[in-house]
Amino acid sequence: MSDIENKVKEIVVEQLDLDVSASELNNSASFVDDLGADSLDTVELVMALEEEFECEIPEEDAEKITTVQQAIDYVTANV
Amino acid sequence: MQLEQQVALVTGASRGIGKSIAETLAQAGAVVIGTATSESGAGAISDYLSAYGGQGRVLDVTDDDSVQQLVTGLKEASGLPQILVNNAGITEDKLLMRMSATDWQRVLDTNLSAIYRMSKAFIRGMMKTRNGRIINIGSVIGSMGNAGQSNYAAAKAGLIGFSKALAQEVGARGITVNVVAPGYIQTDMTADLPEDQKTALLDKIPLQKLGETDDIARAVLFLAAESGRYITGETLHVNGGMYMA
Repeated sequence: MSDIENKVKEIVVEQLDLDVSASELNNSASFVDDLGADSLDTVELVMALEEEFECEIPEEDAEKITTVQQAIDYVTANV
Repeated sequence: MQLEQQVALVTGASRGIGKSIAETLAQAGAVVIGTATSESGAGAISDYLSAYGGQGRVLDVTDDDSVQQLVTGLKEASGLPQILVNNAGITEDKLLMRMSATDWQRVLDTNLSAIYRMSKAFIRGMMKTRNGRIINIGSVIGSMGNAGQSNYAAAKAGLIGFSKALAQEVGARGITVNVVAPGYIQTDMTADLPEDQKTALLDKIPLQKLGETDDIARAVLFLAAESGRYITGETLHVNGGMYMA
């Protein structure tokens, strides 16, 4: 697992208060459908990613980040 | 002490209702940051708050950069506030027929858009700690209307809707959002009223006197402290009975 992938998963686990460890998190998992996030959770998650990776994720991009893999891809491509 | 180890931010704290709120929260144990638009105003705030460990800061609530600077500054100093009191406000009274677009815009910017700006800037910290109180200072005029104050009435009514919507968004994070709506309070803002208007006003106030700034400060403290923990999206009218919601 890359550093980015690991870090993203740790943030997801922490923000969504999940009962699994980062390494057990499925890349294809959807924040809302699989991990039980509500709209506020997803906003907080994006904010946490921005903070960790010191970047600004525009609203139109943030809307497209709905799965763990999409978050990893976005950070990998843009940071 | 009711607000021990809490940081409170009060805008428009150099005089009037804002000053009274800042003093009251400080006396309740909070570290209070009061803001004013000028260096001299911020200095005056520091003078009365320093004894409690608080201080004054310069802030233009209509300017994004100024708000951002304050966020950064507070992060490094006192920490971000759990209590945000959006009090800064202005009037620009005119009958609509004589009201310029500037008169309208200035009042909406300072009294309503600033609340959006400040809440957005400071709610992130509250979300993280799962704890926050946003208290917006409205006005009885927002519920009653008043000839010559269409801009002010619109802004003050607007912040009630804003507060109800935001209260629903962030309730799950332990953040409450409420409005305290003063009636006629003895301040510089109401001092200029002609004598005959003041007399006419008193006839409509069951408690038969103008309110004091302290009456508003007590209501704010009630909502900011543990006493207000189950109240959100509410407007608390403090007006001697002149308007009963």
